[in-house]
Amino acid sequence: MSSHILPKRVYYTIFAILLFCTYLTVQIAFLDLGAWNTVAALAIATFKATIVVLFFMHVKYSTRLTWAVVLGSVFWLGILLALTMTDYVTRVWRHYG
Amino acid sequence: MSRDTAALHEGHHPALAHHFDSMAQQSEATTLGMWVFLVTEVLFFGGLFATYMVYRSQFPEAFAAASHELDVTLGTINTVVLITSSLTMALAVHAAQMGQRKLLMTFLILTMILGGVFLGIKSLEYYHKFAEHHVPGADFHFVEQKYAQHAQIFFSLYFVMTGLHAIHMIIGIGIMLVMLWWSWNGTITEEYSSPIEISGLYWHFVDIVWIFLFPLLYLIGRHAH
Repeated sequence: MSSHILPKRVYYTIFAILLFCTYLTVQIAFLDLGAWNTVAALAIATFKATIVVLFFMHVKYSTRLTWAVVLGSVFWLGILLALTMTDYVTRVWRHYG
Repeated sequence: MSRDTAALHEGHHPALAHHFDSMAQQSEATTLGMWVFLVTEVLFFGGLFATYMVYRSQFPEAFAAASHELDVTLGTINTVVLITSSLTMALAVHAAQMGQRKLLMTFLILTMILGGVFLGIKSLEYYHKFAEHHVPGADFHFVEQKYAQHAQIFFSLYFVMTGLHAIHMIIGIGIMLVMLWWSWNGTITEEYSSPIEISGLYWHFVDIVWIFLFPLLYLIGRHAH
């Protein structure tokens, strides 16, 4: 039982945006943007994931507690990735020449 | 069922467990529980993404060279297949909420078929990797010798990450089979669509993992070739 039933056109719209973003991410990958290639790829992927979570997974219409759990997962993932990298990028274990 | 138990079930939906006040409360608790599980999944995959990040930052050239060996066309087709399966899943949830049983079963079957297509294309890609000796191990062979060692790390991550993702897909198809059974036998109703909704949450989560895997594995430094 759901208190909020989304109209079907929302799903079709999100689907169209996801397809366009997939096209975009492939096209951008073949351009030489230097380090920005990775930034663009991750930005598009994050955007796609966000609209899937908000609309396909109905989080936009969920309770505040669900919001807290979803944001909590992103926060802890951030800690996992960021603190791991603070270690590796500050190690001097790579010697060239 | 004893008379006492039968009395307890009077006046409320048969799917309502007694420790909940209402179907709405039960549904909220179910959604929350599924999300808590998905948090553990985010961190489970997160460990692999962290590993990927560490090694890619150490060996960017080898990762780009190894990534070029993956088939962008098949990867893109699979991305579209999976996104489409997320649409059919969302429409299945919609049909469940509207109490449209036949439509619900149709969309569940479509979702399973698309999941199967994804796994089929994935196994074709795995077959190519075995044929090309791109599977890490004694038989590993990489054209650019200087990258061979670190390209193995890329392919190790490729197989573990896409493999774990594929296992999730297989489990997802299993869940859809149960949902199809429950839709067929009338367990799922307009008032009790939670099982379909949380199965949908799982399916969309697996889609999200692929949304990140696709650019990170297939699209590194594509402009160079």
